[in-house]
Amino acid sequence: MYDIKALYEAFSVEEAVSLMQKHPEARIIAGGSDVLIKLREGKLAGCELVSIYTIDALRGVKLDEDGAIRILPLTSFSHITKDPIINEHIKVLGEAVDMVGGPQIRNIGTIGGNISNGVTSADSASTLHAWDAIVELTGPDGVRQLPISEYYVSAGKVALKPCELLTAILIRKQSYSGYKGHYIKYAMRNAMDIATLGCSVNVKLSDDKKSVSDARIAYGVAGPVPMRAKTAEERIKNMPVSHETVELFAEAVEQDINPRDSWRASRDFRLHLARELARRCLTESIRLNGGEL
Amino acid sequence: MAQMKLVKCTINGEYTETMVDVRASLTDMLRNDFRLTSVKKGCEVGECGACNVIIDGECYNSCIYLAVWADGKSIRTLECLLGPNGELSDIQQAFVDEAAVQCGFCTPGFIMSAVEILESGKRYTRDELRKLLSGHLCRCTGYENILNAVEKTMNKRLEQKEQGEK
Repeated sequence: MYDIKALYEAFSVEEAVSLMQKHPEARIIAGGSDVLIKLREGKLAGCELVSIYTIDALRGVKLDEDGAIRILPLTSFSHITKDPIINEHIKVLGEAVDMVGGPQIRNIGTIGGNISNGVTSADSASTLHAWDAIVELTGPDGVRQLPISEYYVSAGKVALKPCELLTAILIRKQSYSGYKGHYIKYAMRNAMDIATLGCSVNVKLSDDKKSVSDARIAYGVAGPVPMRAKTAEERIKNMPVSHETVELFAEAVEQDINPRDSWRASRDFRLHLARELARRCLTESIRLNGGEL
Repeated sequence: MAQMKLVKCTINGEYTETMVDVRASLTDMLRNDFRLTSVKKGCEVGECGACNVIIDGECYNSCIYLAVWADGKSIRTLECLLGPNGELSDIQQAFVDEAAVQCGFCTPGFIMSAVEILESGKRYTRDELRKLLSGHLCRCTGYENILNAVEKTMNKRLEQKEQGEK
């Protein structure tokens, strides 16, 4: 038995919002692969839960009329990896979430939960940052949108107001059209592990594939929240596709990131990884986009 | 007063209705209310895979799954593999033949993952199988014999399928 004081089940978004209004102390539970474990550890002992897991309207991936990819927050990692829209346009997201935990965890874990617990190591978070994702939040006063970089407030804290719920993750057409990306998770084990550092890069090349039109890079565990390295991105804009450009990019990432010493790895090792993963991710992204190095 | 909920679901092919405590995990429900003790209580935090069951065709660690979420679902545990006269299924027999079982605690979980793999009807490389089985811990066998058992059963089933098509 879990140490739960009460469980309220929502079957629609409206119901979830009204249950949160009625029970302001309650925590939201989606797939539960974080919340139920914290309960087992005694950290949330005696809490009230609003379960949103059974809101089927919040599952799936769709294309909006304007071409934006709409990822519904309760979509499991394994379903994201298998989804045809993801595979066609932002395959790297499917690859990134295929590195979370193990197979059973990827069946229960949801992408919305992965970003809403505000953890820097979340495998989906760096890639969503690198795609300039927008989050859609629904609350008693209606729907609002935020860039994902503003969703993350501090370690473990996201910009959800009381009684608000994440109801979609959007990737706009201009953010993904023409881009190809690559993600590397550096961890001690190949499965059931948390990233020492995660790096996600995507790149758009000029028509002749000879220069970099745009590149984006985001990290997990390079600071208290997932973050972009914009100095590096600016540094290689319109630069020729070459090894020198890749080096410039990798050397510039340090300007924006701030990893810490932890029991998993030292700051120095993470900085080393950040450069090396930037190099490898950019090289692979260029290759995927038809560029030659 | 404990908060209870009526859960209607299909377990190993049989429709069931039962009142469960909302604090129960699916492991609790399957073991305590249905005596399906192949579902093991291991780490209880979703790391070891000993409590793995198939829900609507996908594997889940039942220790981190609320019992009330089972409402409307179809759940399969290792017990469903038993033949009408108590025979073992091919994958269970392969675990015996390959010495993929020592203490046996992880076995039901591993076999249910193997069932999902085998039912996909796809041919996987050994590395892919390794990844597909990576949500389970075994402290006895060193995994090699488990991989052998799953790989051999996969090959055998695919061969039979090909011959059936000829």
